[in-house]
Amino acid sequence: MNMMTHKETGFANLLGTGQTLKQYRDAILERTKESGHYNGLETLALREADPIRYEKLFSKLRGGLVHARETAKKIAASPIVEQEGELCFTLYNAAGDCILTSTGIIIHVGTMGAAIKYMIENNWEANPGINPGDMFTNNDCSIGNVHPCDIATIVPIFHAGKLIGWVGGVTHVIDTGAVTPGSMSTGQTQRFGDGYMITCRKTGVNDTPLRDWLHESQRSVRTPKYWILDEKTRIAGCHMVRQLVEEVIAEDGLEAYEQFAFEVIEEGRRGLSTRLKAMTLPGKYRKVAFVDVPYAHEDVQTSNAFAKLDTIMHAPVEMEIRKDGTWRLDFEGASRWGWHSYNAHQVAFTSGIWVMMTQTLVPTQRINDGAYYGTEFHMPKGGWNNPDDRRTGHAYAWHFLVSAWTTMWRGLSQAYFSRGYLEEVNAGNANTSNWLQGGGINQDGEIHAVNSFEASSCGTGASAIKDGLNHAAAIWNPEGDMGDIEIWEMAEPLLYLGRNAKCNSGGYGKYRGGCGFETLRMVWKAQDWTMFFMGNGFMNSDWGLMGGYPSATGYRFEAHKTGLEQRIVVGDSLPLGADVNPDTPDYERHIDAGARVKRDHQCMTTEDCYENYDLYLNYLRGGPGYGDPLDREPEAIARDLNNAWLLPEYAQKVYGAVIRRDAKGVWSIDAEATAKRRAEVRQERLARAVPTREWMHEERERIVTKHASGQVKHMFATSFGLSEKFKAQFKSFWNLPEDWDMTEDELDVPSYGSKYRMDLAKMPDVRTVTLVEE
Amino acid sequence: MSRYTKEQVAKLADGKLDWDTTMRMLAMPKDNERFALFVEALQKKVSWDDKIVLPLGPHLYIAQNAKSKQWVTKCDCGHEFGDYRENWKLNAVVYVRDTEEAMTEVYPKLMAPDTAWQVYREYYCPSCGTMHDVEAPTPWYPVIHDFEPDIEAFYEEWVGLPVPEKAA
Repeated sequence: MNMMTHKETGFANLLGTGQTLKQYRDAILERTKESGHYNGLETLALREADPIRYEKLFSKLRGGLVHARETAKKIAASPIVEQEGELCFTLYNAAGDCILTSTGIIIHVGTMGAAIKYMIENNWEANPGINPGDMFTNNDCSIGNVHPCDIATIVPIFHAGKLIGWVGGVTHVIDTGAVTPGSMSTGQTQRFGDGYMITCRKTGVNDTPLRDWLHESQRSVRTPKYWILDEKTRIAGCHMVRQLVEEVIAEDGLEAYEQFAFEVIEEGRRGLSTRLKAMTLPGKYRKVAFVDVPYAHEDVQTSNAFAKLDTIMHAPVEMEIRKDGTWRLDFEGASRWGWHSYNAHQVAFTSGIWVMMTQTLVPTQRINDGAYYGTEFHMPKGGWNNPDDRRTGHAYAWHFLVSAWTTMWRGLSQAYFSRGYLEEVNAGNANTSNWLQGGGINQDGEIHAVNSFEASSCGTGASAIKDGLNHAAAIWNPEGDMGDIEIWEMAEPLLYLGRNAKCNSGGYGKYRGGCGFETLRMVWKAQDWTMFFMGNGFMNSDWGLMGGYPSATGYRFEAHKTGLEQRIVVGDSLPLGADVNPDTPDYERHIDAGARVKRDHQCMTTEDCYENYDLYLNYLRGGPGYGDPLDREPEAIARDLNNAWLLPEYAQKVYGAVIRRDAKGVWSIDAEATAKRRAEVRQERLARAVPTREWMHEERERIVTKHASGQVKHMFATSFGLSEKFKAQFKSFWNLPEDWDMTEDELDVPSYGSKYRMDLAKMPDVRTVTLVEE
Repeated sequence: MSRYTKEQVAKLADGKLDWDTTMRMLAMPKDNERFALFVEALQKKVSWDDKIVLPLGPHLYIAQNAKSKQWVTKCDCGHEFGDYRENWKLNAVVYVRDTEEAMTEVYPKLMAPDTAWQVYREYYCPSCGTMHDVEAPTPWYPVIHDFEPDIEAFYEEWVGLPVPEKAA
């Protein structure tokens, strides 16, 4: 009497075929594997028989998804969603494979699909049950989510009592109740500090959120008003899409809908192959990226001694494009995951690649799991992008994801260039930081958290025919926007004292990278306020292309005890506008002499205290450059100087320009003298350079004697520890003695995690979903 | 599919193509004959007679040596970096920015990497001093062999062109 009935615990028969969802999915995978076509679809019968009907189905569904996103986001109050567009809605078939998605943060094609597959693999249909009107919520990073702040609502779609698919909606919330405020926090070293974590939990029935969920979730985060409006946004969008599917079925019939739902995925798989053949060329491409994790510094406070070390994250890729139009992405050699919040699940890494690919290789509206089925991923278990321990933190996975993907962008750009498709070449993208985050009591007297999404408008990479765009985009959201100052000032107790293009931040080149921008913020009407910095500082994560330079690195500026309150009262000068050259700072001339100022490369910090009238510089990075800077046209250099996008010193040193400034302050270039100077620069280059093989002898000696910083040695040691292949290639290249090795044991830093690890798959009653070759 | 004239492709190669045509190139399906037109445009620009087999960068090519018929990596200025299958960077000259002094020649100190973490390796042509590539790795990192194209398959199967003669 007090037990669930057979209805709750028994076989649900959701498909009406006698199959479980797992059996259904396994059969699709088997047919795909056997035939090489998604679900064994060697022909696209509906598309071939009635292409107009097929296209109408596509247009209705795709249009409806975009419409749902555009409508639902108006419900949200969070500028992250409403201004920046950090949301998307995605339609899945019953097996959890994506059919179509809206615009927005389309990385979630894969992440929400992984959550559905997790429910299928772990028999959610038996317990907790999957019924019409249910809602499930997920943000669990150990089963595919990027970071906990991406909250997904997943709604099953039934027709005539049969499960025919799912719709997922995701928003990037402003706070997740992590150890520190803001959606992508630092300082925690493990999942347990990453914030409120929800694993495919049933959070609603009969289209109504459950009361325990509403109570628990809102008090688990710092910003409940934003949280609940984000939830309403997701639910509204999901229900719009569900209704859309109902209408499509009413009009076209279930059979046509389901046929479309499979054929469009196979079409997506074929489309990728077609694009590879149309735009690239067969061969092997090798690229690499890095980012700094400077945790030894006193301004990074962790709860564990074993996390206090400087490390480097490493992402090599070998991209093999085969002559049959298939490809393999091999990430062997990646460094091990670490005790920080920058790790990424394999699905976050692989699904995110499509965000990038939609901006370069497959710029179509037909983004679905077809591209996933058309790609072979090799990602050894244990890397930062495929952790083998269930404790790993992921809150700021973007710290390296954005940069690790630029390796592929550069590889593809090599292909585009060689084929003559110069209009497609892109040197890469910015490290999309800084992230201004923090919290406390805001100007309305409420507990609050902030995450400035100005990072959605960094500089873009240069192309082979023009400069990158200034303060324009971020790789993770093709529809991103920096947001209006007025909106941010309502959302954050931080007044703007300046918002300018960031001088000298774009990588130099024949075509330069787009400049980032910088905003100077003054704390105002806050109480017990904290902030921190997140970004790259000691390293550049993005390289230039074909002779272009990487963009500038990050740095931080913060000032306390500024005396600005009194300066405003007496009408004294104020720090306004740009921090033009951080080596000859000007802000300090407009604050009290006794102010406490921090200017350094330490761009990763943890929560620190700020008083009203303290200053914080939010510097958003530039993009990398393309081609030898000596090829840059003089007019372009003059334009850069006159717009304060380039410091005169580097116009001379890097571009070899002979510059002059008239009485009105307008810069011009002496083209003839510049040509002569550039000839001298070429000779100066040759005078200081040495044959590469000669330099290699010197570098080899440094390796043999193990002369390098601790963080460099640590990076290699963790990569070697995971990949004998990478180590063998390294030793072979440098012709190192047989007994040469580099292990974590020999480094004088904590080595927690180097030997003892436990994966989520080892927990009882858990079946993890593996979507890559490990 | 759009088609473009030799002049348009030559202008594209020079960075001088009008924006409307450039936008069409971005938006429309790719023109498979672009490769041949691109190579033709580049061939007119180089000072040597060797046939360009594959463009690698703004001043770098895989070319067929007119005499030996060997495929080599070659600079605009005529300098040859050796067999096209080798990593040309190993036969270049390199300047490594591995000190603060060298780094601050190219960026303000606070906007340049810390060389204990990262160095810049600038690869120049030994003859003309053109900078063909800038690597930005950690110290110790092997010189990266970026690209090993399957040229035969590309010519024969992807763009339907005869493969240039290649000496063994």
